[in-house]
Amino acid sequence: MTEPAALIAAMRLVMRRELTLAWRRWDEVAQPLIFYLVVTTLFPLATTPELAVLRTVGGGVLWVAALLSSLLALESVFRSDVEDGTMEQWVLSGQPLAWLLLAKVVAHWVLTGLPLVLVSPAVATALGLPSSVWPAVVMSLALGTAILSVLGGIGAALTVGVRRGSVLLSLLVLPLAMPLLVFGARAIEQALAGQSATGPLQLLAAMFFLAFSLGPLAMSAAMRISIEG
Amino acid sequence: MTIAATALEARAINAWRGDRHVLRDLSFTVSSGECCKVTGPNGIGKTTLLRVLCGFMTPETGEALWRGRAVTRLGPDYAVELAYLGHTNALKPDLTARENLRYLVGVRRPVTPSEIDGVLERVGIFDCADLPVRVMSAGQRRRLSLARLWLWPAVVWILDEPATNLDAAGLALVESMIGDHLARRGLAVVAAHQRLLDADPRVRRLELA
Repeated sequence: MTEPAALIAAMRLVMRRELTLAWRRWDEVAQPLIFYLVVTTLFPLATTPELAVLRTVGGGVLWVAALLSSLLALESVFRSDVEDGTMEQWVLSGQPLAWLLLAKVVAHWVLTGLPLVLVSPAVATALGLPSSVWPAVVMSLALGTAILSVLGGIGAALTVGVRRGSVLLSLLVLPLAMPLLVFGARAIEQALAGQSATGPLQLLAAMFFLAFSLGPLAMSAAMRISIEG
Repeated sequence: MTIAATALEARAINAWRGDRHVLRDLSFTVSSGECCKVTGPNGIGKTTLLRVLCGFMTPETGEALWRGRAVTRLGPDYAVELAYLGHTNALKPDLTARENLRYLVGVRRPVTPSEIDGVLERVGIFDCADLPVRVMSAGQRRRLSLARLWLWPAVVWILDEPATNLDAAGLALVESMIGDHLARRGLAVVAAHQRLLDADPRVRRLELA
């Protein structure tokens, strides 16, 4: 058994390491954000610049782009650590693997999910959404990308040993992510109609707690299977 | 039962890699103060054996036991007594030597900068402590990986080709590290095909064939 203080110190170290690595490889870390901006920018070009029309689909576009960009980022979240043997050392560190992987995923969200949430008001404006829906956009995407990080983390842990695992990852994670997409887009839609978005947001919050309580256990079980190969 | 006090035991292990039956009915015991040197041609299952002993892999039949209990059931209780050096170095090319040690060992236990300087000195790479691992040579990376063993308190050392890419001085370093470890009543299982530890009477050879 490890003491809570030692565990928290270990988790902080995992996060700091992740941020240090990202700082030195910022071009890789920026990819999902660029993808997100490109997709949301292309959409009006391909359809119509008419704001009244864009407004009706804006919430959906934001969400689909966020979903795909998160999956893109998560595919390789554990890959290098498994390939270079770091993961084996974490398994043998005596700390619970589930918590270490959670720390890693949280750091990953800070690097890829959070920037996406932060630029989303600007993107929403570009898609013709009024500033009154910003709270719904930001909150639904914050919860949604965090949940996706855990779901994607489970899938990434399972497929890390598989070559061309990205297709498999999408097949595994996308069905689980459907409720997020439905409720996330719904929250924005309701806010746009002048109604309260509390209902869908609360459902997202419930999923958030479910994902963060059970997800790390699933990630660590999946990871143990992956490194057995 | 009083036997198997501080011993790592392999009991009738059979393991396959794909279609190949690599470990056939393998049994042996390593007690504290002893070292088992596993030899054999490439692809014979040395790494598989070490991974079974670490508890990463479950063999098809048989089991590995630490202090008389199956390693796969011990989990963290076994992990805190174990140090594993795989054929990969567990190093991040973008981090410096110092950072690599700090982030890897720190997950196991708190480690001070002076301890890190001390081991970097001992493995002879103190002068590149602040260089990114990317620019270090393969031998220097291996030395950095060995440095971790000193910071990672453990009774059982499981080392997979520890002397890969090392020069003659590096080979002597590995031998003295293992020698010191055995003198402290530690035990070690070492896979190697070099002339490593051949003169040490505490070392038994296990030839896989």
